[in-house]
Amino acid sequence: MKEGDIKFAKLLVLVNGLVPLALLVWDQSHNRLGANPQNFLILTTGMMALIFLILTLAVTPLRKIFGLNWLIQLRRMLGLYAFFYACLHFLCFYSLDRAFNFSSTIQEIIARKYIWFGMTALLVMVPLAVTSTNGMIKRLGGKRWRALHRLAYVAAICGVIHYYMQVKADVRLPLVFAAVLAILLGYRILEYLRSRKPKAAAVPAK
Amino acid sequence: MYFNRRNFIRAGILAASAVATGVVYRKLNPVGTETKKTIETAKIENVVKPTVIATNDTSGFRVDEKQTPFDDITHYNNFYEFSTDKEAVAEKAANFKTDGWTVSVEGLCNKPKIFALDDILKIAPPEERVYRMRCVEGWSLVVPWIGFSLSKLLNAIEPLSSAKYVAFETLLDATRMPGQNTDVLNWPYVEGLRMDEAMHPLTLLTSGLYGRALPPQDGAPIRLIIPWKYGFKGIKSIVKIKLVEQQPRTTWSDYAPNEYGFYANVNPHVDHPRWSQATEQRIGEGRRPTLMFNGYEEQVGHLYAGMDLRKNF
Repeated sequence: MKEGDIKFAKLLVLVNGLVPLALLVWDQSHNRLGANPQNFLILTTGMMALIFLILTLAVTPLRKIFGLNWLIQLRRMLGLYAFFYACLHFLCFYSLDRAFNFSSTIQEIIARKYIWFGMTALLVMVPLAVTSTNGMIKRLGGKRWRALHRLAYVAAICGVIHYYMQVKADVRLPLVFAAVLAILLGYRILEYLRSRKPKAAAVPAK
Repeated sequence: MYFNRRNFIRAGILAASAVATGVVYRKLNPVGTETKKTIETAKIENVVKPTVIATNDTSGFRVDEKQTPFDDITHYNNFYEFSTDKEAVAEKAANFKTDGWTVSVEGLCNKPKIFALDDILKIAPPEERVYRMRCVEGWSLVVPWIGFSLSKLLNAIEPLSSAKYVAFETLLDATRMPGQNTDVLNWPYVEGLRMDEAMHPLTLLTSGLYGRALPPQDGAPIRLIIPWKYGFKGIKSIVKIKLVEQQPRTTWSDYAPNEYGFYANVNPHVDHPRWSQATEQRIGEGRRPTLMFNGYEEQVGHLYAGMDLRKNF
């Protein structure tokens, strides 16, 4: 792919990532977020964070399976969108659910297991966002950077558990997220096992 | 020339992709776009309506708080028989027909009877009761219900002294209630009350709201409202009421016994294992503290005197 095409692809991701936010703001300003807009904002921003996490983790399998190497160029922006919506999600919780009350927010975080998972997902994304620049990749070195950014797996797993745990009874949608995530992580495990095989084959068989 | 055409195509792709994303978003979140359609249900005539609230009125029949708009009450419903999506129930339930509805009132009583709906509604004149409604999920409404105290129906069938509990059952018919095709809950929905709870004047056998018959999404044609308990105790579309000796099983308690108890009294001091019950989101307003027994402590507190409400949640 040409340089210009990559730039255009990045622009596509940038604009499309903002579409849900734009619609949320538009609907909110027109009083069209349903009967419980507070709850809707919290739920939808969290959902967007999960979707972008899944998209981020889908880049490597898609790239390798279909040979679409240029996809890697879009991964940073997808990951940053996941972090961005996760931050919005927390802000909505802090403002709408906890009314900007710091101590009650802390108490609630401590008291609720499902929030432990959500906070873990959010917190592990902080160093990932901070080290997402080209400069930081250079400073850390590719190997260390890649090791650190495996925390994205932790964020996605914790995010899906967080979603599953707070659903009242109908867990079908969280299970869909879990299944997709399992496929994406399963691919990586298979790749890892495959990459180890040649060594095993090197042992002379008798 | 070539350059311009390429830019033109790219602008088109960009716009088309943004529209496509918007369409997908809307498909997943229909809330913002749908115009709220409400089927006009029949008006209920001659509703007994207290026009002036006596300052010393302690009945709890009419809470003096802003009533939740009709559109919200009819488009934000937990009614898993139609959908687990609160915003989708109204549409899924729109064609629910209640013609020929009967309610079997039976069990430990002298005069068990299968009532046609009209015969039940004739037992006592319809009254307007403005109650708070607190959902176990942490949101609340104020609803002008129409109905009469359940005790009037129970007295009509003459309970035996051996009757200690009342068991309720919702219609089981997956062709009319498509949510029953899923196994999210164990159908039919069942609920129960202790006899003294069932006989309490606040416990309302409800057939309408805002001056009209219950819309399908709110539990047509007849449901229960127990204002000091979490909303799920207010069983909808009732077909059976049975007086029994033993505490009956109840749907949510069956589903998750550690999360939903038989009593399910609104209690800000006893959290749901997964979330806080200290505050609530009043629909159309902000968050507010949740009141003990949903603000009906004066009326019902004595029913639970000496009971450990942490154990009997």
